[in-house]
Amino acid sequence: MQKKIRQQTIKFKNPVYIISTSSTVGPKEGEGPLKDFFDLILEDSLYGEISWEKAESKITKETFARALEKANLSQEDIDYVISGDLLNQNTGSNFAIRDLNIPFFGIFGACSTIGEGLGLGAILINGGFANNILIGASSHFCASEKQFRFPLELGTQRPPSSTWTVTGQGSVILSNKKNQDENKKLPCITAITPGKIIDMGIKDANNMGAAMAPAAFDVIYSHLSDLNISPDYYDLIVTGDLGKIGHDLVVKMFGEKNIDMTKNYNDCGLLIFDIEKQKIGSGGSGCACSAVTFAGYLYKRLKDGVLNKILFVPTGALMSQLSSQQGESIPGIAYAVAIENHD
Amino acid sequence: MKNNFIDKKKYQDTVEKMSPKTNIFLNCFNAFWSGGLICVIGEFITNYFLNLGYEIEVARTFCSVILIFFGVILTGFGVYDKIGKFAGAGSIVPITGFANSVAAPALEFKKEGYIFGVGAKMFLISGPVIVYSTLASVIVGIFYYFSL
Repeated sequence: MQKKIRQQTIKFKNPVYIISTSSTVGPKEGEGPLKDFFDLILEDSLYGEISWEKAESKITKETFARALEKANLSQEDIDYVISGDLLNQNTGSNFAIRDLNIPFFGIFGACSTIGEGLGLGAILINGGFANNILIGASSHFCASEKQFRFPLELGTQRPPSSTWTVTGQGSVILSNKKNQDENKKLPCITAITPGKIIDMGIKDANNMGAAMAPAAFDVIYSHLSDLNISPDYYDLIVTGDLGKIGHDLVVKMFGEKNIDMTKNYNDCGLLIFDIEKQKIGSGGSGCACSAVTFAGYLYKRLKDGVLNKILFVPTGALMSQLSSQQGESIPGIAYAVAIENHD
Repeated sequence: MKNNFIDKKKYQDTVEKMSPKTNIFLNCFNAFWSGGLICVIGEFITNYFLNLGYEIEVARTFCSVILIFFGVILTGFGVYDKIGKFAGAGSIVPITGFANSVAAPALEFKKEGYIFGVGAKMFLISGPVIVYSTLASVIVGIFYYFSL
């Protein structure tokens, strides 16, 4: 039996196995420090399509197919797809999935989508509602710029606090049983803490790390206190796309609670790019930032045994271009997903 | 349910303190000389046509047309945004920047068709410039009329 613990956390008694992942990234991510961990690095962000949006859907479709292939599963073995992205009305996912013959849950958690997906997927599996679930999240730098900022060729400067939307897609397959040929330990979702929407009144869309950091802090703090553990229980606590500023703010907020986060805390937005060398600003962002860092780098590190217990905390900024123009502040959200190696 | 922290104002002050600032002096300096350089090129073009014997108005029109042409060409080849990253206002304010602000959305929204894509979105960035410069010219015109 699974159960809800205290305020916010769900702990799974039966392990929810992560049996396969796959990742695709764009050229800039392919020049970053994690380049050896991705399945496919695109040479061209258009990926042979005529628009950025079509390219994003193609990336999603093919990365899903590769995740299935790696798990030796066919479409019929999958009970549900859970997927989301940053394009209006989730079209990045919708158009990728229309050719698949699998029931679909479209979700929106901005850049925290992969965390929301993993949480819901784990609940479905643990509740006995599904055997295998395919989960994914995608974003595309050029499509995001077009939708949220300015046309690509416009000669503007980016402030140093801005983040860089990651192009790519990360897919994950959750299952209630291991693959037959797996005798080793496998990464499993053991607990999740869904976050609350937290808005500290930050309005600068060029400083989204600062807008999301309180939500990340809140959910990590709740997770640790619900389970009555300290941060060093995990080999790594990794937030989604807070970047340098958001990362430092989280460390500072924990410091004020006398909790030391300087040792085992990092951020996917800082892992995926070399922010100095690649001139990225504060770090990577977008749905794909946490999704590909997990599906590529973190999952492989867990399988290698370099990491055994991680707390994966994708973060999202829940604003739109309209809400920003109307002077609204930026609400943040984060989902904490505990992943541990299990027999 | 209570948040795990306290004060919005305090947090906003902390963010302000921890966020890196743009180097305004360096940006102004780069904008000054690179914008000035574009203007110097414009002067050369104007003088060239004056030397060919054209009237000053005609020479200036040639200058604008040529600068707009190169602004658009450099936008199409993906060069102008790189200049803009360095020069900032230096490459936005001159007429080449205006050309860039029209050409860039035209390129970006071509996929949405020639009517609602290119046609509707072309003045996405430069639209406000046209609206408010027209308004300003009307106001200046009224003052000018009554001051005579």
